[in-house]
Amino acid sequence: MKNITQANEYGGSISVKNANLWYGDFQALKDISVEIPEKQVTAFIGPSGCGKSTFLKCFNRMNDLVDGCKIEGEFYVGGTNIYGKIDVNELRKNVGMVFQKPNPFPMSVYDNIAYGPRTFGIRKHADLDEIVEKSLRQAAMWDELKDRLNKSALGLSGGQQQRLCIARSLAANPKILLMDEPTSALDPISTGKIEELMEELKKDITIVIVTHNMQQATRIADKTAFFLLGELVEFGNTDDIFTSPKDERTERYITGRFG
Amino acid sequence: MSIRKLFEEELAGLKTELVEMCRLTEQMLDNAITALINRDRELGKSIGQMDKRVDEYEMDIEKRCMRILLKQQPVAKDFREVSTALKMITDIERFGDQASDIGDLVYTMPGDKYIKELTHIKAMGNLAVKMVRESVNSFINNNEALADEVINLDDEMDDLFLTVKEELIELIKKDGKNGDQAIELMMVAKYLERIGDHAVNVCEWTKYNETGVHTKV
Repeated sequence: MKNITQANEYGGSISVKNANLWYGDFQALKDISVEIPEKQVTAFIGPSGCGKSTFLKCFNRMNDLVDGCKIEGEFYVGGTNIYGKIDVNELRKNVGMVFQKPNPFPMSVYDNIAYGPRTFGIRKHADLDEIVEKSLRQAAMWDELKDRLNKSALGLSGGQQQRLCIARSLAANPKILLMDEPTSALDPISTGKIEELMEELKKDITIVIVTHNMQQATRIADKTAFFLLGELVEFGNTDDIFTSPKDERTERYITGRFG
Repeated sequence: MSIRKLFEEELAGLKTELVEMCRLTEQMLDNAITALINRDRELGKSIGQMDKRVDEYEMDIEKRCMRILLKQQPVAKDFREVSTALKMITDIERFGDQASDIGDLVYTMPGDKYIKELTHIKAMGNLAVKMVRESVNSFINNNEALADEVINLDDEMDDLFLTVKEELIELIKKDGKNGDQAIELMMVAKYLERIGDHAVNVCEWTKYNETGVHTKV
């Protein structure tokens, strides 16, 4: 079987130096520097519009798709400057992404997972079967979906669809998984399953999650970053941030005193 | 009223009740020392009644903390205040128990007169009152420096305890008849020494509440 990550030069660490980002005249990120450790979960928290999702999307160059977006600074993924001369498709294979709303393709469970590998040129059924099974097992869904592989993914529950999207990202064997509020549309049981999954996945993968749920950040994140008005106000161990934050603004936000 | 405002009122209510509990145990200890020095048996006996109220405070504050943890899932300073309260009430409750125990010892103390001048036990009593009062003040006023001062006083308490112990051993050696009362006085001294330790614990939690770091001295 062709190893789809053979060309992968990326590791799982993220290092950012002096990042600035503008949408037209509006500066959405202001001089952000941060080291995100590999194989840990890092949570981005902060009020809506503070820049956390924008920052997240810098790591797989999703902002390239936004008109009028200008980015400055250095972004290293696994030591590679991702705003240098690189193959963006290769980068996105290595840096998977899951969004707030589950977005399965309108096709079967199997084809959802196999979609990426097929575009990478994998055609043999046996190879695809293996990737589909491995990805679904990694996402802890194999047992519940193995008899429904040919059914439409749109028939799954919201929680299952979201986990399927995670499995679909895993099919590319990424080193990093970006999650933008992945559980905000899910019930507590589905949320719990995704959190368990993150706990399991971080053995191999770096996870960066944007969340508005403070308890979720305390449960699952090793590191937490607090953003406000485009600035990274505080970054540290989650336990420290939530028991004794150093910055008054962090304290005010997490204890609900803002506004 | 905003949810945050309601929560702040809950936290303020928790602190008020904790302060009331502290002040009650201070009063009990004051009474215990007065009863000891004046050999006021009735006053000694009465302290046990006050201890029931302390136990009620402990249960009530515990419930308040549990309710806040359940409903608000506090973080940062809010979290530290609730966990500090939850830990601190154990030590405050022990202040009350030990004051009450000293009161009982005064009530049952054998002999009409003390076998010795209570110089050092009296000093321990005064020091215990001071440590309890100041440890509580350090918490109420968020005063780390005061907490450190109280922690440092504990060495003095330990030295006094050793002195009292040696004095009592000497008295027993000198005359076996001193034994009955000497053992009771020894227990009083031990309770006072323990009160000092609990005051140190309260100060350690005060410091945690301020800094987020809990260290055992």
